[in-house]
Amino acid sequence: MTTTTRLHPTRRLILQGAASVALLGLGNLPFAGAHAAANDKYPEEAFKLKSEADAIKALYGKTAEPSDKVKLDAPEIAENGGVVPISVTTTLDKVTSISFLVAENPFALAASYRIPDGTIPSVANRLKMAKTTNVTAIVEADGKLYSATKEVKVTVGGCGG
Amino acid sequence: MASSIRVRATSNGDTIEVQALIQHPMDTGLVKDSKGELIPAHFIQQLKFECNGKDVFVADWGTAVSKDPYVKFSFKGAKKGDELKISWIDNKGGSDTTTAKIS
Repeated sequence: MTTTTRLHPTRRLILQGAASVALLGLGNLPFAGAHAAANDKYPEEAFKLKSEADAIKALYGKTAEPSDKVKLDAPEIAENGGVVPISVTTTLDKVTSISFLVAENPFALAASYRIPDGTIPSVANRLKMAKTTNVTAIVEADGKLYSATKEVKVTVGGCGG
Repeated sequence: MASSIRVRATSNGDTIEVQALIQHPMDTGLVKDSKGELIPAHFIQQLKFECNGKDVFVADWGTAVSKDPYVKFSFKGAKKGDELKISWIDNKGGSDTTTAKIS
């Protein structure tokens, strides 16, 4: 009954940092529109873009359409925005890549996974979320992009957001 | 030094389920330390899983992946006793590699 609500020391640090981030000018970096998802290279430019739409365009060079065949599993409410468990599965065929984006993070693109032949199109991971916002999963299947979006409420923003 | 990568690969029929947990700070470069100085970005950019000479899963990560990242996926085309090779590289050129036997 005594100290159960005490913040973890590292989390306190994170919260201090969060306030300062708003003041940071996040450089507006130009990008070459490289379709990095197609090759083996780390898509550095896509990870530096602030908006979701720009990141998707930089990564894939096209836009996604919502699909109920993409199942995004994320909590309704995340108490700690530093660790939000998010997973996606899909019944789509010929999946080549799965990406996760968090709309109002400093940089929208969080993670992008390449799914070679023989690997099941289902990924679970843990992401940081700055605040309550939409999480989007993009599935690239047979050359087309499909998406699913879900809002996650964040009580305590995570890690410099 | 102990490996930064902990991995479990279990076969379930013809599907191998892989769970990996990596120790890494995953600093975003946006957070200040207790002295008010920015902690430089330090995060894993690419994590690769190879089995029988073939990439079975490649992760490209940004700074929004949580500290001490966790990832889970499944693949087909391997069996019990096969070796899975896991490697990562971060934005500062750091890296680590380990192997795990599929059980």
